[in-house]
Order: sequence, then C-alpha cells, then structure tokens
Amino acid sequence: MNQPVVTAPSATTGDARLDALAVSLAEVFAARALELHSAHGEITLVVQASELLSVCGDLRDRPEFQFSQLIDLCGVDYAALGQSEWETELAASSGFGRGVDREPDLQLDSPQRFAVVYHLLSLKHNRRLRLRVYAPVDAPGSPPMVDSVVPLWPVADWFEREAFDLFGILFSGHPDLRRILTDYGFVGHPFRKDFPLSGQVAMRYDPEQQRVVYEPVEIDPRVLVPRVIRDDSRYLGDALSNGGADA
Amino acid sequence: MPEIRNYTLNFGPQHPAAHGVLRLVLEMSGEVIERADPHIGLLHRGTEKLAETKPFNQSIGYMDRLDYVSMMCNEHGYVRAIEKLLGIEAPERAQYIRTLFDEITRILNHLMWLGAHALDVGAMSVFLYCFREREDLMDCYEAVSGARLHATYYRPGGVYRDLPGQMPRFADDKTKWHSSAEFRRRNQAREGSLLDFIQDFTERFPALVDEYETLLTDNRIWKQRTVGIGVVDGERAQAIGFTGPMLRGSGVEWDLRKKQPYAAYDKVDFDIPVGVNGDCYDRYLVRVEEMRQSNRIIRQCLDWLRANPGPVMLGDHKVTPPNRVGMKDDMEALIHHFKLFTEGYCPPAGEVYAAVEAPKGEFGCYIIADGANKPYRLKVRAPGFAHLSALDEMSRGHMLADVVAIIGTMDIVFGEVDR
Repeated sequence: MNQPVVTAPSATTGDARLDALAVSLAEVFAARALELHSAHGEITLVVQASELLSVCGDLRDRPEFQFSQLIDLCGVDYAALGQSEWETELAASSGFGRGVDREPDLQLDSPQRFAVVYHLLSLKHNRRLRLRVYAPVDAPGSPPMVDSVVPLWPVADWFEREAFDLFGILFSGHPDLRRILTDYGFVGHPFRKDFPLSGQVAMRYDPEQQRVVYEPVEIDPRVLVPRVIRDDSRYLGDALSNGGADA
Repeated sequence: MPEIRNYTLNFGPQHPAAHGVLRLVLEMSGEVIERADPHIGLLHRGTEKLAETKPFNQSIGYMDRLDYVSMMCNEHGYVRAIEKLLGIEAPERAQYIRTLFDEITRILNHLMWLGAHALDVGAMSVFLYCFREREDLMDCYEAVSGARLHATYYRPGGVYRDLPGQMPRFADDKTKWHSSAEFRRRNQAREGSLLDFIQDFTERFPALVDEYETLLTDNRIWKQRTVGIGVVDGERAQAIGFTGPMLRGSGVEWDLRKKQPYAAYDKVDFDIPVGVNGDCYDRYLVRVEEMRQSNRIIRQCLDWLRANPGPVMLGDHKVTPPNRVGMKDDMEALIHHFKLFTEGYCPPAGEVYAAVEAPKGEFGCYIIADGANKPYRLKVRAPGFAHLSALDEMSRGHMLADVVAIIGTMDIVFGEVDR
C-alpha cells in the first residue's frame, strides 16, 4: 500500500503560531493526509475519506490541536472548476467571439467532483484549520459518501443535512439525514453545477383546479455578465497603497 | 382507559413568536416538550448559488438580506473575504468607519432582539422603547448609504463614500399632524454632521439602556420566564456550535473582536461581558452589556474620525471605481469604470474564509475562487443556523411557553438561517 506523505508547506504564513501548527499537522498526519498547504494565512489539510474520522478525532482531542468547535461544514461541487463562458485569450482571425458559451464542459464523473470542507476553530489555541475530504463515489451514478462527524461535533447534524440536501452527499452514520432547506418533496440537489439556476419546476395556484400546481420552468437561462477568467491579477500588490476617491 | 400518547403540536410558520418563518413540530407529553423538530428553509433563496452567477461586487447587496437586522456586519464578512483573496486592505479611515457602523449595527440588532424577546415573553412596552432608538440609528444608515436597511455600504477596498458633513433634516412642511415647534425639536440633534448626530445619540443611549433594564432586569415575571431556562454549559456550547453572545452567556470568554481582531478593533478599548449560568437570563444580561460596550466603541471611533480625515477607498481602480469627476476627462478612468461595472475584477484562484463577530455570533464567508470574475463557490456561515440546530436539545423537558423564550434568546433571523 502506498503511503502518501505530506510535509509542512515551505511557504510561511507570516504567523509563527500557524507555521507551528502546520509543522505539527505534518508530523501527526504524515501517513493519513494527502495534502497540506497554506495560503492567505490559512492552513488547509486534505485527508482521505477513509481516514476522516480518525483525523477528526485527533484534531479534536490531541492537546496540541484541541479544535473544540466545528465552525462550518459545507459541500462543494468541483465539476465546473476553471470553466469560463467567454474566451478572453484565444482570438480567432475575426476577433473575440461575443457569444456566451452556455454549455460548459462539466466533469461529472471526476473522482474528485464532490468534496466536503470543514472549518475548525480551537478556542484554546486561537487557531483555525480547514479540512477537506473528497467524497468517493463507489460506482458511476451512485451518490458520493463520507463518514459523518456528528459523534465528534454534534453541530455537524444540520450542516451535514444541508450538504446532503444541496449536493446529494451522503453521510454514513448520520442519525437523521433528511432534507433541510428545500421544499417538502423536492427532487434533485440544487447546488450541483448541473442543476440550472432557475430550477426545474415552478409552482403556482391554478384557479380552475383550485389548488397549487407544479409545472416545468418556462424561463430561458440567460447570462447577464459572462463568467471570464483572466490571469491579470498581476496588478494586485502594487499601486494599492495610497490615493482616495469617492465613487 | 385509552392509552395516552404524545401529543404533536405544529408551531408556526405563521406565528408571531416564530420570528419569521419557523415551523416547529413539537412532540409533547402534556405540556412538556419531548422533542422539537424545527423545519426550516421556508425563506431559502439560494443566495450562495445566486452569488456564483454574479460578479463579486454584485453580491454585496445579498449579504444585507441574509441577517436583515444586522446588515452591515454581514457585508463586512463578505467584503473581508474578498479583500483577503485579493490581498488588499482598506485605508485606516475606512476601517474605523466599518468599526463604527459594525457597532451601530450591533446596537440595532440587540435592540430588535430585546424588543422581540420581551414581547414574546409578555412585556409589550419594551418593544416600543427599542424601536424608538432603532429609528435614530437607521437614520445614520440612511445618511451614509441612502438606504435605511439594505445599505450595500461596505465595498472591497473601503466603504462606498465618506461620512456626510451634514445630517439630513426633517423638512418643515407644516401639516395638521406636526407643528413647526415639533419639527424644530426633532431637528435639534441634526444641525451638525453625521458624527455630531451619533455623538448626541451616544450621550443619550446609556440612560436609555437603563430604562430597558428598569423594565426587565429585576422584573419578577421576566426572571421567572428566563432564569434557569435553556441552560447550556460552556463545554457543551462549544460542541453544539454556539458563537457570539450564546457562547459568552455560557461563560466562555470568546469574542473575535478581541481574539482575532479585524478592522480597528485592536485600537479601541472595550470589555467582553460573559455569563455565569448559561441560561436565558444570563444571555440577556450579556447582550445588554454588549450594547453599553458598543456605545463605548462608537465614542472612540467618533473621536478618531473627527481628528483623522483621509481616503475611505483604495485608489486602485482595478478593484475600486474611479471617481465620477475624474471620469469626465480621463480616458483611463472611464475604461476602468466600464470594465469594473460590466465585468468586475478577477481575483487569483484560491480559497479563503473570513469571519466577523456579527451581533448574533460568528458570521463567516468561505469563498472558492478559480480566477474568474465570479466566486466559484460561496458558503455563508450563519450563526443562527448552528444556534437553531440546538433548539431540540435546549427545549427538551421544558414547557411549551419556554420554547418561545428559548427561540427568543437565540436571536433567530430566518434570512440567515435559510439563506
């Protein structure tokens, strides 16, 4: 069995306490973690789904971590990462296309499509940690599944219900995995990238039948501001210091 | 004899004590709660999904509508996440303005909470007193942003504009309802600038908090309804995700303004009140003291803002709009303005989480960016969501009427719970 090995990120966060945390994380989870990186003064630890509970248990209970609070838990769908609706770099001989590409190339079967992201907070050490686990899919078409952390942090109960409702991620061991935010009888998982923004069905009151009826949505999708990706964040960092203006 | 079974009671969503649209299914044995199952989501608008389809700046307005009684604190959380992603920091004056308005927002929120909580528990008049003061503070919102509630005042890189030098006044158009003398009285505090108006408010406010306390703190009925209700100890409060006054009410000294300072909180002086017993009454005392502390912070901000004029927005027009006068004769400024408002800016790829101490607890925004002009994923961490999930645990074994007191003490607003 190959043992993934993580090391402390070479880049420092500029905060000695965070760097120390990164070093001890790398020590303790060397064999169980997949990645460990720091950016924007935050540390992210990526672990294997099979090791999630043991890692979380250590993070909560070991004296050097003591992450007593689970601040946030959310699902992420990475199917459309890095996709734009409007090319900005490639110009044809006729110039840039002005049409918006509405059919992105979604990576629906990627093994790293769904992830669950945990934000932990240690009141004792006053430190935060982001933990990510990619939810494995056993067979194509079957739902992604990760272990529930409700036994460790009871607050995860509703957060996991939300991630299940919006992304269709199953949490094994969850005591009561029901939908939470969407309507009773809702079909689908609305925050997945292949779920349209306007939804699938619209509800209205039908005066003839004298009841509420559901119908397919009639709104055409439209893009007001196309999604573009530009690599020109180069200007950031300089020219930011002074100057003042109102808008 | 027929078998006596548990009684199921449906509470809300159309109930004045449900604070909006909470539907609560209660399993009761007589009048004692066996299990409480909150059904939420009736106000779910998919804010996070909507934000994925808009340039970063266009979602600031949505943040106001999450927790719609602490508008600017929500904006602050979102704007701070963007600033972290871009690696920029607002000018110092903007930081002080944000601190000032965060605290005004805290008072606004706590007044709303106090009034509604007292009303739920049966004290009608506190509600009226609280709304009297909220009116003045919302006038401050209006003076800086033009809107009483949904301000959209904070922007990445600063705040939308500097504080106005002239507080808006009531127009003296004599009607049969209001005399000229009354207009003069109402305009008395509005002769000077916005800062003068807030100064006048901070001088009046401590006495007004005393007024609320006279009505409640030693009130026999109030204490009967809140002391020993919904007790949570400090250890448990952390496990079930409490933040803000809910956590401090249980005796845990934790406040992001002190522990992980942002804006100008490390430059102002204030104390963190904590409770002892972790019941509804302690959380009431904590929040009332927080209003007094907020008042203290506001006064320090006023002094600083008077003495230190300066820019309130960064001058980098890749992120912040150029001023309108400059656009008239500068081609560069015009292009920047056009690009910024038609397309927005593209932060570098990465992920950030930024949190602020909102009046209800920790309000955080988690943004995943992939280099585009729109967030790839935005997750809003709303304090009310975690608090409401503990309702079942807190209300078990209590009476039906205590559930109302517990909902009140949680300071639930459905805009942020349902998102």
